[in-house]
Amino acid sequence: MKAAPFDHVAPASLEQALALLAERRDDAKIIAGGQSLVPMLALRLASPALLIDLNRIASLSGIRVLESGELSIGATTRQRTVERSDLVARANPLLAAAMPSIAHVQIRNRGSIGGSLAHADPAAELPAVCLACDATLVAQSRLGQREITAADFFRGMFETALAADEILIAIRYPAWPAGRRSAFIEVARRHGDFAICGIAATVDAGADGRVRDARIVAFGVTDRPVRLESAERALAGSRFDPHGGEAALAVAINSAARAATDGLKPRSDHHASSEYRLELAEVLTRRALTHALQGRVA
Amino acid sequence: MMEPRDIELRVNGEQRRGRCEPRVTLVDFLRETLGLTGTHIGCEHGVCGACTVLLDGHSVRSCLMFAVQAEGADITTVEGLAQPGKMNDLQRAFQSHHALQCGFCTPGLLTTAQALLRDTPDPTEDEVRHAISGNICRCTGYQPIIAAILDTARGRLAGRK
Repeated sequence: MKAAPFDHVAPASLEQALALLAERRDDAKIIAGGQSLVPMLALRLASPALLIDLNRIASLSGIRVLESGELSIGATTRQRTVERSDLVARANPLLAAAMPSIAHVQIRNRGSIGGSLAHADPAAELPAVCLACDATLVAQSRLGQREITAADFFRGMFETALAADEILIAIRYPAWPAGRRSAFIEVARRHGDFAICGIAATVDAGADGRVRDARIVAFGVTDRPVRLESAERALAGSRFDPHGGEAALAVAINSAARAATDGLKPRSDHHASSEYRLELAEVLTRRALTHALQGRVA
Repeated sequence: MMEPRDIELRVNGEQRRGRCEPRVTLVDFLRETLGLTGTHIGCEHGVCGACTVLLDGHSVRSCLMFAVQAEGADITTVEGLAQPGKMNDLQRAFQSHHALQCGFCTPGLLTTAQALLRDTPDPTEDEVRHAISGNICRCTGYQPIIAAILDTARGRLAGRK
């Protein structure tokens, strides 16, 4: 359970890190919080010859709201910092709601937001939130900067659109529309375990008080976070205003939940069967929408 | 084998120095190089919480970082909670509540609870349960641990030491 030998460099600037990565792309690994990478090194699932450590690059950490209204979070910002940020709580309630579900406090104290995204565990919370919010992931190489949508970024199990010479430097979440409702919910064997199935959802209403746009994202079920588009369509157009039609809204939520499993092919593993994950996708979609739209626990 | 590095950091208020390969975890450095064997190694991949220490005041798993990454950091281990040979109020509460049996998880639970009570001086039972959810104990069933932490909080709020 000891990592294979490697060399370690902690550059003080992003330029130095990028130059080093360009030169050593075949045998180097980027480390930030290390909460996913260090176990992989200990288990020798990975054995890079060089670790390029981002922790001394101050410019990669921080949370701010841009003039555009977007929430921008530096890639090495600690998960615990995101969790406790008033700015995040106001600018993206879905992200704030997801944070406490990530592992345990000792992990969040060290783990970075960008590290979790670049690692792309299919059961991780942060990729699902990015997909539900249409977040932009900013990648940098020596050749320049590239913006990647969340829909393009997550390619499969532990696979992202990052090239071998690129470093994820920031994540930008679009401004949170007024009146947007959201919910985050997951089922895991124990608190802090990776999710067997989780749902991240946002719902926006138009001026007519009807659902204009819904994002319902499942994670932990397939090789990457996935939008449940049939469920999203089933919800579209239903009355948003709970005073106008509580019963009609409940009907819409139920039909969205039933549509949640359309075309979904969950994996089976030692945590849960495919059938159980399908059941969870439906139940959790209903619970998430009930929480988001009717403000109560289903 | 990689060239060993010199590492300088503060541990329990003392400036310490040691030499190790980059692949040596912080917990191995604390135990093997500095001789501070109070911090225990359990799973060695970030699951059990036995190796929890405070890094610049925050609870972290010392098996999930390398000693080279702790250069210049301020570390508190279980040895730093009280003067040598003495116990602090949290440790005394663990003793009086029988919050340990084999004691293997105890250093990690103590450091985790220390950080919790600093940030949340008056925690609810639910907050305590969440805070220690990353620390596995196979002896006690957790109830006496939760009681000890809540009792320490009450004591500190009442102004006892």
